[in-house]
Amino acid sequence: MTRKQKRLAMILSGLAALGVAAGLVLYAISDTIVFFFTPSEMAEKHVAPGQRLRLGGMVEAGSVASTDGVNHIFVVTDTIATTKVHFKGQLPDLFREGQGVVAEGVLQQDGSFEADTVLAKHDENYMPREVAESLKAKGVHLGKGAGQ
Amino acid sequence: MIVEIGHFALVLALAVAAYQFAVNLYGAHRNDAGLMAAGRMAALTQAVLIGLAFFVLMHAYVVSDFSVENVFRNSHSAKPLLYKVSGVWGNHEGSMLLWVFILALFGGAVALFGRNLPPQLKARVLGVQGSVGLAFLLFVVLTSNPFTRLSPAPIEGQGLNPILQDPALAFHPPFLYSGYVGLSVAFAFAVAALIEGKVDAAWARWVRPWTLASWTFLTIGIAMGSWWAYYELGWGGFWFWDPVENASLMPWLVATALIHSAIVVEKRNALKIWTLLLSIFAFSLSLLGTFLVRSGILTSVHAFAVDPDRGFFILAILTVFIGGSLTLFAIRAPRLKAGGLFAPVSREGALVVNNLILCAAAAAVFVGTLYPLALETLNGAKITVGAPYFNLTFGPLMIPLLLLVPLGPMLTWKRASLTAVGRRLWLVAVMALAIGLAVLVMTVRGPWFAALGVGVGAWLILGALWELSERLGAGRVPLAAAWARFRGLPRAAMGMTLAHAGLGLALIGIFGVSFWRVENIVAMKPGDVASIGAYTVTFIGETPLKGPNYTGVSGKFDLKRDGALVTTLVSEKREFKPRGMPTTEVGLYQTVAGDVYLAMGDAAMNGGRSVRMYYNPLASFIWWGAAIMFLGGLLSLTDRRFRVGAPRRAAAPAFSASEGSAA
Repeated sequence: MTRKQKRLAMILSGLAALGVAAGLVLYAISDTIVFFFTPSEMAEKHVAPGQRLRLGGMVEAGSVASTDGVNHIFVVTDTIATTKVHFKGQLPDLFREGQGVVAEGVLQQDGSFEADTVLAKHDENYMPREVAESLKAKGVHLGKGAGQ
Repeated sequence: MIVEIGHFALVLALAVAAYQFAVNLYGAHRNDAGLMAAGRMAALTQAVLIGLAFFVLMHAYVVSDFSVENVFRNSHSAKPLLYKVSGVWGNHEGSMLLWVFILALFGGAVALFGRNLPPQLKARVLGVQGSVGLAFLLFVVLTSNPFTRLSPAPIEGQGLNPILQDPALAFHPPFLYSGYVGLSVAFAFAVAALIEGKVDAAWARWVRPWTLASWTFLTIGIAMGSWWAYYELGWGGFWFWDPVENASLMPWLVATALIHSAIVVEKRNALKIWTLLLSIFAFSLSLLGTFLVRSGILTSVHAFAVDPDRGFFILAILTVFIGGSLTLFAIRAPRLKAGGLFAPVSREGALVVNNLILCAAAAAVFVGTLYPLALETLNGAKITVGAPYFNLTFGPLMIPLLLLVPLGPMLTWKRASLTAVGRRLWLVAVMALAIGLAVLVMTVRGPWFAALGVGVGAWLILGALWELSERLGAGRVPLAAAWARFRGLPRAAMGMTLAHAGLGLALIGIFGVSFWRVENIVAMKPGDVASIGAYTVTFIGETPLKGPNYTGVSGKFDLKRDGALVTTLVSEKREFKPRGMPTTEVGLYQTVAGDVYLAMGDAAMNGGRSVRMYYNPLASFIWWGAAIMFLGGLLSLTDRRFRVGAPRRAAAPAFSASEGSAA
């Protein structure tokens, strides 16, 4: 092969690799991303049931009920709207009433939320970024250190 | 007083870094031996000064000097000594100090050990290193000073985030940073080469050990982080595709590409321009990782502090270094002479494919990591890109590469014959296929993808061992002769065998855990029995717990198999004193076949406890594989070629036929 042909082959194989990667990326992005909503955003935007999404807000004080230690029911609030969440599993160590939480799962027909993953803050200063920003945008006062 | 000495040393180091930057580049430009000697001294002085500052801060932590704000915020007098020491880098300011300390150590090491480097090249490398040091020291001194005093001094500190109080995590940042920052040397070499307008085999030989060292540290650093996440976070997973994890994976992927492409430059004098670009990319991704983690743009366990000024500052550093080096590349690279020719089917060709795929995979991770940030900035939509995205992109890209790994070392340079390689590898292929099929048959309901993974892993391990045994002439020469060959083997060749085999081992573990994991979450009262995999778990009961800086409860569980007691697992819920923060300690029983993983949850209203159990088949393979890759890297680093007789810097291509197969 001449130098020119060699260079052409390298460029073509590079473009092929890039093309495959780009195709995979585009397909995966359209297929796997999960949108984030707070309870009031969910109501405003008329989110259709059955779609996988993340729900964020604060755990409403006094709303947590977990009778058998495995099935948990709690209410997520952004102080404007609320959503009832059912979660089967183990809640994270830092799950607390009155503090930030993100639940990932599917919105049900009856307006409740079936979560398969629950994330809580990592330490006392942490609030999920999305939660902090959404709450701030809605004018909810946040304590010192919550979010940014 | 001691603290002020550290503070002073840090500010002095800033001045020395500026001097190191200027005197080296100017000295190299003028080819003035005196100035370049001064530049070397500057690099050593900088390492000593930052080392002094670093150990002063460590001293403040060890003696619990809470008049230092950083110590007050992140330490506590009741903390065990190990975590007082590791607390130094368990926070933003301290970890940035560690960052510049390691950077200065690498600079000092180049000054000290790079004896056979041409003085001008060395001076330019040290100059570029100095510029990186200058930028980050400015960042530390202006926005993240760890020596700020508090008055009056508080009596007790606020404590370190308890989930960071862990042996594996104590050493995770130093290793990871050594990897990140070590790539600055490859970057500095690349920029120096661009300034000189000269890249040759000798250049590649000087760059390789530094890149290899970075890769080795990155490998073990990432593995430690993953091991920590596995048993400390209580989710039973080893990799979460968290942006911060991705921030370390991207430089690792590109560094992997770089250690392979540098071989081609050294042996065949080809792929020179590409290798320069990779060196720039590798360090750019390190900088990006630093930005993602340190700016607080991602709020996660890794983002200790949040301050927009810091984010902008690092972003500015990023822009200057990446933009500057790429501009220099664009101007100078076209003038570099193109290298040797090779056929598509050849060792070079295989390494090009390796580079293409690794870079494409890194690009896929890059998009997945930054897309949510970009989207939110552009239209405010908040999205999450999680594991499904990465499984769908990263997986399919990497599988073809893994399939090619055993072929690479069997191909000859310049032009290779696939039939010849096929003749040598068919038995390995048959064995790997048989293992994959056997797995498929044994796990009747098992997903075929897992069998594929185990087959590919076996293909890697057997391929690596086969290549080694061919080198030793196993079966063809007497055992004693084979042993003698083994002893005479270049360490780099042995290192490659270990790294490739370790990759195969880790792969088997990753597929095992991902596809065969068994999960059981139940509520248990003392005396209750639950089953997980082939085991049964009996909840014995809980007892109160009191540690040096925490209280809590400890739950005991008997683990039985076929009715016989295997071990007693203990899982704890701890509440850490100063912050009142709860953590879970998991009970772990590890065997070659798999891990039993047990985490106690909260007390339920009816008096029981929720207990989360996993059976993670082959999980330990992941970390054994990573450890073997690490060993492979270390072994390669001790290869004598890296220490003695670097080739003369001349027009003559510096590769010799006799060591042509050592990689």
